[in-house]
Formats: sequence, C-alpha cells, structure tokens
Amino acid sequence: MTNETSNNEKGNEKVDVADTEVVARVENLKKSFGDLQVLKGISLNLHKGENLVILGRSGSGKSVLIKCMVGLMTPDEGEIGVLGYNVRSLSSEELNEMRQQVGFSFQSSALYDSMTVQENLEFPLKRNLKLFDKKKLRELVKTALQDVGLEETSKRKPAELSGGMKKRIGIARTLILKPKIMLYDEPTAGLDPITSTEINELILNVRQKYNTSSIIITHDISCAQQTADRVIALVDGQSKIEATFDELKNTKDPDLAPFFKY
Amino acid sequence: MGNRSFFLVSFTSFLAGVVFTRQSRPSLSSFGAESWLPSLVSQAVIRSLGPLITGLICAGKLGSNIGAELASMKVTEQIDAMEVSGTRPFSFLVVSRVVATTLMMPILVVFADMIALLGSYLTVHSINNTGFKLYFNDVSANITYLDIFSSIIKATFFGFAVGLISCYVGYNSENGTIGVGKAANMAVVVSMSSIFIIDLLSLQFINLFR
Repeated sequence: MTNETSNNEKGNEKVDVADTEVVARVENLKKSFGDLQVLKGISLNLHKGENLVILGRSGSGKSVLIKCMVGLMTPDEGEIGVLGYNVRSLSSEELNEMRQQVGFSFQSSALYDSMTVQENLEFPLKRNLKLFDKKKLRELVKTALQDVGLEETSKRKPAELSGGMKKRIGIARTLILKPKIMLYDEPTAGLDPITSTEINELILNVRQKYNTSSIIITHDISCAQQTADRVIALVDGQSKIEATFDELKNTKDPDLAPFFKY
Repeated sequence: MGNRSFFLVSFTSFLAGVVFTRQSRPSLSSFGAESWLPSLVSQAVIRSLGPLITGLICAGKLGSNIGAELASMKVTEQIDAMEVSGTRPFSFLVVSRVVATTLMMPILVVFADMIALLGSYLTVHSINNTGFKLYFNDVSANITYLDIFSSIIKATFFGFAVGLISCYVGYNSENGTIGVGKAANMAVVVSMSSIFIIDLLSLQFINLFR
C-alpha cells in the first residue's frame, strides 16, 4: 500500500507528490525516554506542496517526531533533513535559520499570555527580522490575521480568545514569517466538529496561499480525511502503513481499523 | 519590577525602622546612651537591615513571580514556541529579567534605607520631640562612604542572585503544573538562602577595608 503518489483531490487542487522535490526527510529515527522507546526507527519523506498526515493514537510518538524535526528534542539515532539542513549537526545559528523557515503550530497554541494578539504576531518579526517599523508591522499583522479570519482580535489577550481562535492565531503567528514547511501538532484537538472543519479548511488555504508543505499530526480521522494527500499511520513508534486516506480507510489492520469505527 | 515592589519595600522598611528604634531605645537609655540612637539605627539600617529587608522582600515577591511565570511558560510550550520561531528565548526571557533585578535592587535599597530612617526619626520625634535636622545630623555623622558603597554593591549582588536563581528554576521546571508550584517555591527558598550567604560573604569582604 506504500506509495509516493497521492491523488487526493481538494476542489480543483490535485497533489501528485511522486515527482516533486523532497523538502524534509527522516531516516530510521529512534528516541527513548528512559526505558520507554517512543520512536523505533521511523522514516518518512515530505514532498514539496504536500500535506502529509501522521495518524496515530495518543502516546504513539507523533509529537516527539515533529519536535525532533525542529530540534526541540534530540533523537537517539537516525537522520533528519529539513530544507537541505541536516538538523542533527546544525550550529545554534544554523538551527535558528532553519527554524525561521519552518512554522510550528502547537497543540496548546502556545500564545504568549502576557502579550496581546498584535504583540504575539509582532514578536517573531521584531526578534528575527529586526523589523521595528510600526506601520509595516501593523500591515503584516493585519494580513496574517485576515488570512486566518480574525483581524478584529488584534487588541485582545490570549485569555480572552476561544480554543479555536487561539489555534488560528497560533497559525497566524507562524505564517507571519512565511514558512516553507508547516508542522501542525494536533490542530483540531479539543475543538468542536464545526471549528475543527474550519481549522482543516484553514490548513488547506494556508497551503494554497503560502505554498507550504505540511506535516499534520493528528488522531482525528475527519482532520486526516479533509487535509491529507498522504497518510502515515504510526503504531508504537513505528510507521505501519503509508497510503492515501481512501486506501487507509479500508484497512483490515487491527491497530488501524478501529480509527474508522468511531 | 522595581516600581511594583516599591510600596511593599517602603511599608516594611518603615515598620522595620520604627520597631528597631523602639526596641533599641530602652537598652540605650539604661546605659544613658540614648543620644547614640540615631547613630545605631543608621548603621544598622544602611549596613544591614535595609539591604537585607529589601533583598528578602524581592526574593519573595520577584522570585516567586519570575519562577512561576517562566515555569508556566515552559509548561504551556510558550518557551518552545519562541525557540521554534528562531528567536532566542534565553536572552529575551532570562537576560532581561536578571538585568532588571540587578539594576533595580540597589535603587530599592536606597529608598528602603531612607524610609527606614524616616520611620526611626518619627518614632524618636514622637517620644522626645527631637528635631529633624538634629536627628539626621547624627545619622550622617556616623555613616561613611564605605557603608553606603558596600550597601549598594551588596544589593546589586542580591538582585543578580534573585534574578538568576528565579530564572534558572523557572526556565528548567518540569512535571507540568506541579512543576510551576515547585519552581515558585524553589525560587523563593534558594533566593532567600543566597541572600544570607551573600550578606555574610560581603561582610567578611568589607571588613577587610574597615
């Protein structure tokens, strides 16, 4: 069932990843926490323009995988290549350079509590790009907020936002640096079905507008169905099946079939 | 940081000045040395009480604040979010706080000293109607530049220790929300202990110049 060709259609969009460039690559990645081996040699390729969904139960090592990819965690073994950078051998400066091209949307949104939405979005621009022109900052923040449909929230603090709004603002904060790759960690976790659908649509819009390649970590089948060009099912820290969503939903695998019963 | 601690530091310093004066006066009176009271109070306040009270108040207030804030940022992945956006959270979160506490502590100590002496003066004045000028002439006559300088240097080290320790425990906290409480607690306990240690070491060092 493994393939490198996906033909999941979304509107007029059809992504065929077979011939596109690989923008991120993971080979034989292993990671343990004490005696607990979370990743047991996972390998994957992310192609340009692709939405790759990593599907798996809680505790299967999905989040650890993408945290290793951006250097938030150090793997025990294996190779990680992102946008031509060998992540495991990067200096601190090179790692920051790489991270500026990779957007990471956290499960908890991770908005800075003490700052307003405007300040949250300005933060990476000021700190990374040393951009302090107030007019330019306002324009960029306004555009990013418009892209996620929340331009009226700029003066609010994160505590005044709903869960879905926080997710959107978190995504806007990563988009403001115009990333080439987006990593979404459980983008729909804890959201109602309507808001989840809105977030899934946002993920598709982001790809279209920003030309991003994305890895979407989820255990939410509807999220996988709506966003995936290709799905990798992770079971006990290992890649069990790599397929399109349509192929996966007919699986008889005892570890994966239950996903489609609920 | 300093302005938010100013009221608390002023309040405790004023009370310390009042209490110290009221407790010392009977002892000095029994030796017929009541006129030494301004001298005693000024030396006690500037050499030790002022910096110590300010340091302990700040260790409690700022230490718990910084420790808990950074720990909760860690728990809610805000620090990770700064890292993955390519910014250096250490310089933004830690350096700024350590610099702020280091610079603000000496300023707070100077205010605390003045307010403690004011409390002492008002106490003396209420008992035997001593004049403001007379009292502060006695105060200034017995204070040396070394006393003032050493007090400010000591306060600088207090501020540095409170900032550094609180940031360290907050930034490196673990175990979710339990870790936040532990970090706040640890920041206060270790900061306060370090203040007493620095106080003792600085006393030994300053005595070399006396």
